[in-house]
Formats: sequence, C-alpha cells, structure tokens
Amino acid sequence: MTLIAIASIITAGLTTGFGCMGPALGEGRAVATALTSLAQQPDASATITRTLFVGLAMIESTAIYCFVVSMILIFANPFWNHVIAQTAGK
Amino acid sequence: MRLSPDQLILWQHGFLKLNATIAFTWGLMLVLAIGSKLITRNLSTELTRSRWQNLLEMVVTGMMKQIKEVGLHNPGTYLGFLGTLFLFIAASSLCTVIPGYEPPTSSLSTTAALALCVFVAVPLFGIEDQGIGGYLKSYAEPTIIMLPFNIISELSRTLALAVRLFGNMMSGAMIIAILLTITPFIFPVFMTVLGLLTGMVQAYIFSILAAVYIAAATRTRKPRPVPATTG
Repeated sequence: MTLIAIASIITAGLTTGFGCMGPALGEGRAVATALTSLAQQPDASATITRTLFVGLAMIESTAIYCFVVSMILIFANPFWNHVIAQTAGK
Repeated sequence: MRLSPDQLILWQHGFLKLNATIAFTWGLMLVLAIGSKLITRNLSTELTRSRWQNLLEMVVTGMMKQIKEVGLHNPGTYLGFLGTLFLFIAASSLCTVIPGYEPPTSSLSTTAALALCVFVAVPLFGIEDQGIGGYLKSYAEPTIIMLPFNIISELSRTLALAVRLFGNMMSGAMIIAILLTITPFIFPVFMTVLGLLTGMVQAYIFSILAAVYIAAATRTRKPRPVPATTG
C-alpha cells in the first residue's frame, strides 16, 4: 500500500514535470514566431493573434493531459482504491 | 480535495442523487433559455433598439462570421448547434466570478457529453450534405489504406475534445484552491482573471474545432478541380 503511494506520487510529479517541458518549448517557439511576424506585418495582427491563441491552447492541452493523468494518480488512483477495497474486505 | 463538482452532493433521496454538476447545468440552461426568450420577445428593426438586442446581434453575427471563415458556406445551418456549444461553455466559465459557483464543465461527464454531441453531429451533417454513400466514401480518402486511421482519428479527437475542456477547467479551479492555501491575499484574483480568459479561449476552441470537423465532413462534395488538359 505504501509502495503504491510512493510510486504514484513520484510518477505524478515526473508526469507533470516532463509534460510541462515539451509544451513550454513549443509555446516559446510559437510566441517567438508570432512576434516576428507581428513585427513584420502589423496589419495582419488580428489574424495572427487569433491563430496564435488557438495554437497555444492546442499546444497547452498536451500539458493539460499530463496534468490530468497526475491528478488522477494522486486523487483518484484506481490501484489505490483496489487495494483499499481488498484490505477492507479482509 | 474534490476533483470535480460531481462529488458535491446537494440532495439525496434513496438512490437519487442531485450533485452540483446537474444543478449548475440546469441553472445555466434556464438562464440561457429564459434570457434569450426575454430578449427576443420584442425585437425591433428601427434605429433604436434595446441594449440586450445589440448584444445578441453582436454575438450572433460574430459567430456567423467565424463559422464562415472556417469554410462552411451557409453558416445558418450550423449556427444552432455550434452557437449553443459556444454559448454554454462560455457562460459556464464566465459565471465563475459568482462566489460558490463551480463550472459544470470542470466535470468529465459534462465535457464527455458535449464531445459526444459533436461525435454524433459530424456524421449527421455529413450525411445530410452528401448522402450516406458519399459520406462513408470520405473515410476511404485518399486511399483505402487510410480507412482504419480515419476511424481512429474520429474516436481520438472526441476523447481529446472532452479531456481538453475538462483539464483546462479543472486545473483552473484546482490552481485557485491550492493558491488560496499558500498566498490567500491578492494572487488568486489574478489567477481567476486568467481563468476567465482561458475559459473564453477554450469555448472558442471547442466550437471552432467542432466547426472544422463539420467542414471536413461536408467539404468533400465540392467538385475537385479538373486537371487542365494540356495537349
């Protein structure tokens, strides 16, 4: 039981950590490119900003998936519930 | 700590449970339906019109423009479905400024239901536009090898729609709850403002993605450009 707790907490931390790294790099690149094109073409700012927001949200959702997985590991862990049910049954 | 408003049970009688998700969803539906009924009760085409009518006209014309930009050429057909999705998600995240309110979209059941609506609506619109045969044929585009991948993408994008909205809404609520225990003074206010922005962006993305999927299901009817016959 303690082993499951240790494993899930460490895995949850690792999941969010690694899951934030990729999207952070991606969002940085996206914003940098959008700023460059905004500086070159200020007239198209409405389109660029809208597309940027949609793109950022799409990139961000990969980080959100990792966050959801780690939240499930901490607060709604299926293995944990299984073990608790087993020990309660004994 | 609660993961979703599903676990907040307001009323219970036997096996009937009324949780916060259902209560807030019905509340929102009532507010949206009664509100639009009241506003559209006396519409005017004169120069003077009520402020609420102006607001609704702005919302409706804005949505029509966005749907048209995605590539659906008569937006009126799809406005009922896409507009309802947008208005519901936007209202449910805008109402978070009310204390004690929890957005029903931060429960996976609500977002899964919304995503299932899109999952059902896309083939319906596709069949309505190009017939059953034509729609089924679009799964085998560009070659028959792509058939399993097209079906997988149909399922996985439904899952992604549901989890994306749920994750964004849930993380907003959770971050505010965590910050309230660490820095309870000013900082949560800024995170709430950021949450409002994320909520609007997510509502926009959800409806735009649904529009893009519908456009992909209906677009194939347009005649392909005939390759120029060069002698």
